[in-house]
Amino acid sequence: MKVTVLVRPRDGILDPQGEAVRRSLAGLGYPAADVRAGKVFDLDVDADDAEGARRIADEIAGKVLSNPLIEQYQVEVAG
Amino acid sequence: MRVGVVSYPGACDDRDAMHAVALMGAEPVRLWHADPDLGGVDAVIIPGGFSYGDYLRPGALAALSPVMQGVRAHAAAGRPVLGICNGFQVLTEAGLVPGVLRPNASLKFRCHDVALTIERESPWLPGCSEGDELTIPMKHHDGCWFADAAQVAELEARGQVLLRYRENPNGSVGSVACVTSAEGNVAALMPHPEHAVERLVGSTDGRVLLQGLLDLAGVAAPA
Repeated sequence: MKVTVLVRPRDGILDPQGEAVRRSLAGLGYPAADVRAGKVFDLDVDADDAEGARRIADEIAGKVLSNPLIEQYQVEVAG
Repeated sequence: MRVGVVSYPGACDDRDAMHAVALMGAEPVRLWHADPDLGGVDAVIIPGGFSYGDYLRPGALAALSPVMQGVRAHAAAGRPVLGICNGFQVLTEAGLVPGVLRPNASLKFRCHDVALTIERESPWLPGCSEGDELTIPMKHHDGCWFADAAQVAELEARGQVLLRYRENPNGSVGSVACVTSAEGNVAALMPHPEHAVERLVGSTDGRVLLQGLLDLAGVAAPA
């Protein structure tokens, strides 16, 4: 079962990488006011159904793929 | 006195840490990341480097490695663990010391001596008093220590902050440079005490923390 996990900096956490990209975009003249840099993980999870895949991916995302002190995650199961 | 130094793929300061341990009069023992058996060492150093290429987050994959089972048991038994640089990152990811290390606020790799102010007297800092200073080199890209305001207040109240940067080089919250576990037997910092043990190459202030590690392991090293 194909699952995508999106990991982003938590709201309110300074993201120096996103800020550096924002400054470069501003230098190029793009009107991008706020940039946050995150990560995408595509997984193929062995599960019987979408609910099972989501449960497994949720655990992986919370325990390994993100650090809850600074990051939040979102799990998307392919339909 | 036997001090285990963990070697991970991508570690680069394990040999320096072993050299420093020997200079302090103790026996260095190399521990392998894939082996959970620590061989009964008295103390453990998680050294600097770029374990597992710093993939995912610095220290995150090393924190899941088999040797950490042994390190957790060692720490749970009250025996001392010192994390240096990448070792600090590994210990935060393993939940053995509080907070997390993020990219430096400047996004630059910083490599220079750094002045550290001693926050409080501690067994980790034998012979030092509050307000004393140590000068120790640092070299990192991901040394910005972060914890939320409530957690920082709790750590400060419990006396888990041992050292602060005199001038904050990386954006760490509260200029925190060294924290301990709640029990106090696990300590970690970004600067490198093992690189500051011989007068020939500069400061010898790093000896203090290594002596603290040996003291906590129960046997003082020869002066």
